[in-house]
Amino acid sequence: MANLQSNFLGIKSPNPFWLASAPPTDKKINVIRAFEAGWGGVVWKTLGSQVKNVSSRYSSLNYNGKKVVGFNNIELISDRPLEINLKEIKEVLKLFPDRAMIISLMADNDKKSWHEMVKKAQDTGAHGLELNFGCPHGMVERGMGAAVGQDPEIAKMVVEWVMEVATIPVITKLTPNVHSVVPIGRAVIEAGSNGLSLINTIQSVTGIDLDTLVPSPNVGGQSAFGGYCGPAVKPIALKFLTTLAQDEKTRNTPISGIGGISTWKDAAEFMLLGASNVQVCTAVMISGFNIIRDMCDGLNNWMDEKGYKNLEDFIGLSVPKISKWEELDINFHIVANINNEKCIHCGLCYIACEDTSHQAISIEQGNPYNTYKIKEEECVGCNLCKIVCPVNDCITMVEQRKGAEYLNWTEFQRRGLPLNDH
Amino acid sequence: MSIQNNRLSPQEFENNFSDIHPPFEHIEGAVIEANRCLSCYDAPCTKLCPTSIDVPLFIKQISSGNIKGSAKTIFSSNIMGGACSKVCPVEKLCEGACVYNLLQEKPISIAKLQRYSTEKAIAGKWKLFNRKPSIGKKVAVVGAGPAGLACAHALSLQGVDVTIFEKEEKGGGLMTYGVAAYKVTPEFCKNEVDYILSVGGIDIHYKKALGTDITLPELQQKYDAVFLGIGVGIARRLDIPGEELEGVEDAISFIYNLRTTDFSKTPVGDKVAVIGMGMTAIDAATQSKRLGAKEVTMIYRRTENEKPCTDVELDLAKLDGCSIVWLANPKEIIGENGKVKKLVCSKMKLGEPDASGRRAPVDTGETFTIDVDMVIKAAGQIPFEELVSKSSLENKSGKISINKKSETTLKGVFAGGDAVNGGKEVVDAVQAGKDGAKGILEYLTS
Repeated sequence: MANLQSNFLGIKSPNPFWLASAPPTDKKINVIRAFEAGWGGVVWKTLGSQVKNVSSRYSSLNYNGKKVVGFNNIELISDRPLEINLKEIKEVLKLFPDRAMIISLMADNDKKSWHEMVKKAQDTGAHGLELNFGCPHGMVERGMGAAVGQDPEIAKMVVEWVMEVATIPVITKLTPNVHSVVPIGRAVIEAGSNGLSLINTIQSVTGIDLDTLVPSPNVGGQSAFGGYCGPAVKPIALKFLTTLAQDEKTRNTPISGIGGISTWKDAAEFMLLGASNVQVCTAVMISGFNIIRDMCDGLNNWMDEKGYKNLEDFIGLSVPKISKWEELDINFHIVANINNEKCIHCGLCYIACEDTSHQAISIEQGNPYNTYKIKEEECVGCNLCKIVCPVNDCITMVEQRKGAEYLNWTEFQRRGLPLNDH
Repeated sequence: MSIQNNRLSPQEFENNFSDIHPPFEHIEGAVIEANRCLSCYDAPCTKLCPTSIDVPLFIKQISSGNIKGSAKTIFSSNIMGGACSKVCPVEKLCEGACVYNLLQEKPISIAKLQRYSTEKAIAGKWKLFNRKPSIGKKVAVVGAGPAGLACAHALSLQGVDVTIFEKEEKGGGLMTYGVAAYKVTPEFCKNEVDYILSVGGIDIHYKKALGTDITLPELQQKYDAVFLGIGVGIARRLDIPGEELEGVEDAISFIYNLRTTDFSKTPVGDKVAVIGMGMTAIDAATQSKRLGAKEVTMIYRRTENEKPCTDVELDLAKLDGCSIVWLANPKEIIGENGKVKKLVCSKMKLGEPDASGRRAPVDTGETFTIDVDMVIKAAGQIPFEELVSKSSLENKSGKISINKKSETTLKGVFAGGDAVNGGKEVVDAVQAGKDGAKGILEYLTS
């Protein structure tokens, strides 16, 4: 059995799975249920000046019958009285002393407010603070959330205010609604932030009701841009995460990974790209807290199979495996191979290649089953056929190097080597 | 032992004859199933459909919520797509070809999905087709079965004015009169015929039989072309002693009675023997059981390997409690007071392959006898040979000969469906009707 014990900035939790600051961590009743289910920690939903929420708050993106490929919300920070939140946090801390309790904060945009908020949060006995510089809706218009997180100077200033009074670890949560998260990451680290977390939600419109013509969620006939999350945002989150894990100024700062994590596999991928732990929200909003059981179990089994005893054994291992395109080996070449024993003759590889790629699959008509073959000389090794094939390992990509040596694009150009002639 | 009706309670009849393939109750079910479809390229399901319905397209249209488009995709290839979704032996056609079979997974429920869209269209009377303005040509269609209706609809769409002559009181042919009641209801058949005719440009005259009420020369004279979709009708005789006894019935009339009167008014024996192993034999056997017969025995002269019905159909008969006797051929029906009492069968064995490629049954000389009070003959139907020959149509044992353009040896007279092929599926008849319409249009416009 691998050890799932997590240590993030000195904050210990029995596993690396925290619930992100969001509706599921809004109040004591939810958080107790989460801890009973086995979650390692929570980031309590953002505290700040009390707000009022609208009705009709969520919407989703569904695809080919699969509900909630992406999820969207226009809910603001906690709309409950600050004092009740602080009291409940204290009570939960007493009930579950072994779990991580982080409080998300978003104070009004002045030093005094931030100082007061940090002190009140710390007084609960919580283990850490997460600064919400990421919320893309509602708070931005008030000069908070992503409005802070999109400007390195403002972000730096706020973190400095926080660090003046902080006595527990401070994590700054970054918004993905920027071209690059690196400048902000660098700025807040310079200002003293102990850790980073990302991504917050992405501004979005999930869809329109084709009867009423009102986009979702519908608030009395109108909608507003919301924050997008769920499985669909994972690839975007992984990219932002990688840029921080590779940047020389940010790579030594622990990162809590967030963005569409639904399974232990997603979590392992975030951690392989440098996240020290992960935060989950949408997946529990769709399926409930019990998904933690497979998240822990699956991660454990995978770690056992790979021989990893502790999380640290694999955190960041994939970071060096993403380089610049210019550094990729042009001599590396693969071609597809169809295993006719496994082929079910659906023709999806053929039509994908024929219509949209390189016409590298031949068809032999049959009734009712056609036979498909790779034209190796035409195959560029794009993977498309393998991606669309419904049968595991029916199509494999076989290495057929163009040359023995490593050759990148820069060198290719320098040598004046020939480009495609058709 | 006796043949009698009203053996069961109304509730039992209702249960026994309720739909054996219940539809999707909710769109969610249809969409979940539709989303399983891989949308194959050059799809095997489409290739094995005699009418070439674009199955991946109509299923994609269900999953995208475009039910109207889905229905139109189906009906464009097969105007009886509703009927076919209920009676097609899909296990040997579209669903049998589904690539999921090759993964040992359940094939897509194509028929059930097809039923979903087509039933909605028929119930909602969706107007999916508009016929072209009249081109001033008149065509007579004889027979309002699947072939005739498909031909009439296709012609009407192209602006031809069609008149159908049907010998029965209702359209639909064997759909209405010759299929097990638990597959289609009379209401459905009527609604489907009405839906097909609603495109306009088609006049239909019922109770008009070819050879008695109307004649071919008359039609040839009055119309620019004629399509014969007269089907097959007469049950093949057993030609054994005792065939005239009371209690010997042919499957087609048995099912016809059952489909045209209340279940409670359809008599059935205590012990029924059904001769044959085709779809009609199965329909007769299962329905005998469902009418309350105590014992039903199916007699077939070859083995399970040669049987004409599908495995699914055979299972249906077995699940209904019918006994199956392979390698047995009726030899004599013994009566008492003019009524069926016993059936004597020859035991058979398989010999050399016959013209059909199947090994032919050979009499072993041994016999066995079973007690029965009813014998239902379902050993195939034979064409209207006399009618066809009288009309000077070239034919093979009554099966009308046609060329590639569906034209008979009489100029301007076309034919298709069971009358030509001797009896196949509804879906084959629909395609024959379409082919006939195509031939007629070429003929009319050349």
